[in-house]
Amino acid sequence: MKTAGKIFNALIFIFLYAPIFVVVFFSFNSGASRAVFDGFSLVHYQEMFEDELILSSLYYSLIIAVLSAVISTVIGTMAAMGINALKGWKKSVLLSVNNIPVVNPDIVTAISMMILFVFVLSKFHGMEMGFGTLLIAHITFNIPYVVLSVLPKLRGMDQNIYYAALDLGCPPLRSFIKVVIPQIMPGIVSGLIMAFTLSLDDFVISYFNSGATFQTLPITIYSMTKKPYDLKLNALSTLLFAVVLALMLIVNLRPDADKKAKRKGAAK
Amino acid sequence: MTKSRSVEVGSKKVNLIPFSGWMVVFVLIPIALVVYYAFTGVDGFTLTNLKWIWVYRDTLWLSVWLSVIATVICLLLAYPVAYMISRAGEKMQRNATLFIMLPMWMNFLVRTYAWMTILENNGLVNNALRGIFGEDFAGLNMINNHGAIVLGMVYNYLPYMILPIYTALTKIDNSLIEAARDLGSGAVQVFRRIVLPLSVPGIISGITMVFIPSISTFIISKILGGGKDFLIGDLIEDYFLGNSGVVNYNIGAALSLVIMVMILLATYLMNRFDKDAKTSGGGIL
Repeated sequence: MKTAGKIFNALIFIFLYAPIFVVVFFSFNSGASRAVFDGFSLVHYQEMFEDELILSSLYYSLIIAVLSAVISTVIGTMAAMGINALKGWKKSVLLSVNNIPVVNPDIVTAISMMILFVFVLSKFHGMEMGFGTLLIAHITFNIPYVVLSVLPKLRGMDQNIYYAALDLGCPPLRSFIKVVIPQIMPGIVSGLIMAFTLSLDDFVISYFNSGATFQTLPITIYSMTKKPYDLKLNALSTLLFAVVLALMLIVNLRPDADKKAKRKGAAK
Repeated sequence: MTKSRSVEVGSKKVNLIPFSGWMVVFVLIPIALVVYYAFTGVDGFTLTNLKWIWVYRDTLWLSVWLSVIATVICLLLAYPVAYMISRAGEKMQRNATLFIMLPMWMNFLVRTYAWMTILENNGLVNNALRGIFGEDFAGLNMINNHGAIVLGMVYNYLPYMILPIYTALTKIDNSLIEAARDLGSGAVQVFRRIVLPLSVPGIISGITMVFIPSISTFIISKILGGGKDFLIGDLIEDYFLGNSGVVNYNIGAALSLVIMVMILLATYLMNRFDKDAKTSGGGIL
């Protein structure tokens, strides 16, 4: 039974990582084929760094991700505080509205906003979908995730501490910054990170709302897959994956370091 | 002390203004527009768009059918994995969940293309088989069929099934399991009467998280289905972006409405099932 379980886990692991292995392996192919390995070379990495479309879309992706994450975190955190203070039907209505973009399939969210943008932009001569519509679309699908990650922290907070600060003469805004914000900070940070990654990774909603001139990285990748497949994509994906892997390792190793530090502290 | 004890800075109304405005303009109005477009044509109100739902009934049926199969396979694969992870040590649990999430960090188009590399007629598997059976080996037909689309769905959405089930399993109070053992339950009975019923919320959110993206996908079918089996997502894409030459927001909106209604229905059934499971003390088997 135990070995059967191990074999099963190993098979799932292979299933999840086989494509990744293929992408990484062929990124070093000296030939242009996706399936026949000619020899080791870094030529596709070099081509990738010379490709201006890839570099500019990576830059646009990062800009959209940072802006949409920050704006949606501000709106979402404020909303979470407002919703947390409400009761009854008003609260459930707002929570339901908040859930719409989470539950709706991406393609429906995408085309519904596209209809609005096309409709509004048709009233203004010469305006097209692009940076603005894309940013709005990303903020829209990010807000709900921020609300959902801040709300539990507000619920679990001891609010008497805030009132204690007020009683002790601290002005409301200062008590809020000094007392409330630190307590809900983990929720805000995880909301921000989630919004950033969702935005960076989004293809479907961007695909319908970016217009012809403004391309984020997933859109560029898609347009490149439509032409004869280019191994530049493998090089790019491998590089981005390596960056994420490194970040993950750093973040994941840190708690161990903390624990070690604590243990050392306890020993003293 | 009867006043609300919730934290307020400024007033709660001020906090809600940006959110409410944003959600009305960019979520509610767009959805109202989808409904409006679905029921209008050049001459105003019409039901003719709904005719296309019938025209495309085979496509709709195929989308539902393939998504259901993919969801069931995900559930069958994910449950044992989630269970084994939840029984492992703390460090192992953290590493395992990390390993399951990690693939999602590579662009899904690129990963789905990699499946093409693996499965296609001149792909890695068939080339390996030719190495064994000789160059004359015709090759297995593994791509551009329904199976390949299902594989793409299972591959892309499996982590969304594993993680919620795992979370639900870790929330189970171990003393319940110990109590059942003390009272003489065997391993099978403990699983059937305690672990499985208590993991139902995880199963349900896993099912929704796999089924919804599966039924609305348009990329997986394009890459792995060879473009001949259009799913409902492909139709919506075509009618909005005109990739096959026809742009018609009205038909596209009507088809999107079908997806929304199906998902509402599925969510409603799921919630009822969840409630039943809770009220009847978990007698789902």
